[in-house]
Amino acid sequence: MRAPVLKVEDLSVHFQVDAGIGLFRHDYQTIRAVDRVSFELGPAETLGIVGESGCGKSTLARAILGLVKPAGGRVVWLGENLARLDAEQMRKKRSELQLIFQDPFGSLDPRMTVGQIVAEPLKNFYPSMSRMQLRERVAGMLKMVGLAPEQINRYPHEFSGGQCQRIGIARALVVNPRLVVCDEPVSALDVSIQAQIVNLLKELQNKLQLALIFIAHDLSVVQHISDRVLVMYLGRVMEVADRNSIYKNPAHPYTRALIESVPIPDPKAERARARKSLGGELPSATNPPSGCVFRTRCPYAIDACAAREPPLETLESGNQVACIRHQEIPALAAEQARAEAEAESNS
Amino acid sequence: MALLEIRDLVVSFDTPEGRVHAVNGLSLDLDPGQTLGIVGESGSGKTQTAMAMMGLLAENGRASGSVRFRGQQLLGLSRREMTSIRGSKISMIFQDPVSSLNPYLSIGDQLIEVLTHHRNLKHKAARERAVEMLQQVGLSDPRQRMRQYPHQLSGGMCQRVMIAMGLLCQPDLLIADEPTTALDVTVQSQINTLMGELSEQSSTAIMLITHDLGVVAGLCDKVLVMYAGEVMESADIEPLFEDPAHPYTQGLLESVPRMDRSDSGILKAIPGNPPDLIDLPPGCPFRQRCPYAFDRCIEHPELRPVDGQRQKRCHLEALPKIMNGQGS
Repeated sequence: MRAPVLKVEDLSVHFQVDAGIGLFRHDYQTIRAVDRVSFELGPAETLGIVGESGCGKSTLARAILGLVKPAGGRVVWLGENLARLDAEQMRKKRSELQLIFQDPFGSLDPRMTVGQIVAEPLKNFYPSMSRMQLRERVAGMLKMVGLAPEQINRYPHEFSGGQCQRIGIARALVVNPRLVVCDEPVSALDVSIQAQIVNLLKELQNKLQLALIFIAHDLSVVQHISDRVLVMYLGRVMEVADRNSIYKNPAHPYTRALIESVPIPDPKAERARARKSLGGELPSATNPPSGCVFRTRCPYAIDACAAREPPLETLESGNQVACIRHQEIPALAAEQARAEAEAESNS
Repeated sequence: MALLEIRDLVVSFDTPEGRVHAVNGLSLDLDPGQTLGIVGESGSGKTQTAMAMMGLLAENGRASGSVRFRGQQLLGLSRREMTSIRGSKISMIFQDPVSSLNPYLSIGDQLIEVLTHHRNLKHKAARERAVEMLQQVGLSDPRQRMRQYPHQLSGGMCQRVMIAMGLLCQPDLLIADEPTTALDVTVQSQINTLMGELSEQSSTAIMLITHDLGVVAGLCDKVLVMYAGEVMESADIEPLFEDPAHPYTQGLLESVPRMDRSDSGILKAIPGNPPDLIDLPPGCPFRQRCPYAFDRCIEHPELRPVDGQRQKRCHLEALPKIMNGQGS
């Protein structure tokens, strides 16, 4: 990997919630939405972030862009710590760091035309641009995301979900950012349209050499688009691995469980899978388990897992994993699968 | 005899913008104990098919055609007659489990109401049966759950309660409309496993409405693929996935990223957008997005048998075979 453009070091975001003891008495509890997360992102690299709802993936994105205040840690963008900047300095930085949202309709102002929506960031960051230049740049951008120039004067309600997401992408890219954070950009779209948008993002990333952070709960989409994948659970990093090894050799039991949970559109393969769904549900974020946060749902948990938090270890391959048993797990899983197959054939 | 026999179902909605043609002449058969998947994207008419069957269309909606359930015509039944069937012989679970439950009533009260209403059970017997059912759908501490309210449970737990409620009266047919879409993947997998077990153990037929081909692959015996209110293809599960007969089915299967195939190439997206249901184009509704469209597609194709049980709505005799594995 070339010198990283973005370095996130021990980033934490905490929220205070009112535990609600009474009308006039308050008791605040701290939720560690993001807990000491570190990673690096190379230029023109795509990092996928997966996890289930409440794992802190969106909060992490917002913290990187300075939209929530971190409780600790650093976000180093091209050598500069963003967490130190004041609001005005941060505002200026945002032409380099852009965001694409989940809800294609909700993130566009219904009273503005497409042209106005895409021109707004330009007016904001380049107030001296002439109307001619603006018009040209906007038209070029719309063409790049696959919209027709004659659609420039239409309103968001005249477009489908996929087209609205294209408008959102145009708005993010029009100011020539170097990092784009996509927060669940395709989860509100139908499958056939989802593929169009995934392809478009990939193509634009290649063409413009963007660094991309792609957040989603759908592991198959994330794995498809990313170079590396970061798996989060209850605010913590469980595993960081390159896209090929994450499916073939998942090191963390949670990654393994996520992969097993995704149904495969092939009846023979799907029915033949030794499916073990993860029991239980996400523990409360106000009162996370001691030691490894995943241990309450982990099929391989032992007493030592409760004793202390597993460190994020860097493996020979460069992948990282936070599990004290990661070396034993492939063997344990194979053993379990064998035992199950036997039980199946006996019954 | 088929448990459910739908013939030429047409559902439309009158809106200020014009008439929306949601379902256009749908026919299907479902046998007892069978699991049928209805697959399609938003606006394909899969949910409105179910709503029309259950007499739950919005006020501006109209349904015509024939929906026979055990020989009885469901369309045009009075509200009273329909109520005696809903929840008793046919039940339905919805996408959003939390808002489908009544926030003012405890889980127990909601379950008991179903039994006292449809089965004339005494309160105590109904309570016992409800606890049993909660246990069967895998909820821990069922007696305590009975006293809790929907907001005290997670989404996955609420969906288990919905499934329990749907199965309380041992219905002949359970309609599940995107039952796992609102849930996290690990919980999704729990609920799918549960649905699979229930369909194996009971004689209840299931109509599973979903956009997720993976879920269909795991659970269903037969599949209908819908597009713009029409059935594009209807087939048994294995042939449909192995060798899709309709270009839309093929396109859908190819646009899903597959983790079990390690290619990072371009996904084969279906270009364009679904047609406007107010102003449907003449001919095949898929022709504007179809890679194989030719002159004849301007004529509306009929649903015709391909081989055996299989049907497709397409003028093409055979599709060019897709490369297995998107070139991996």
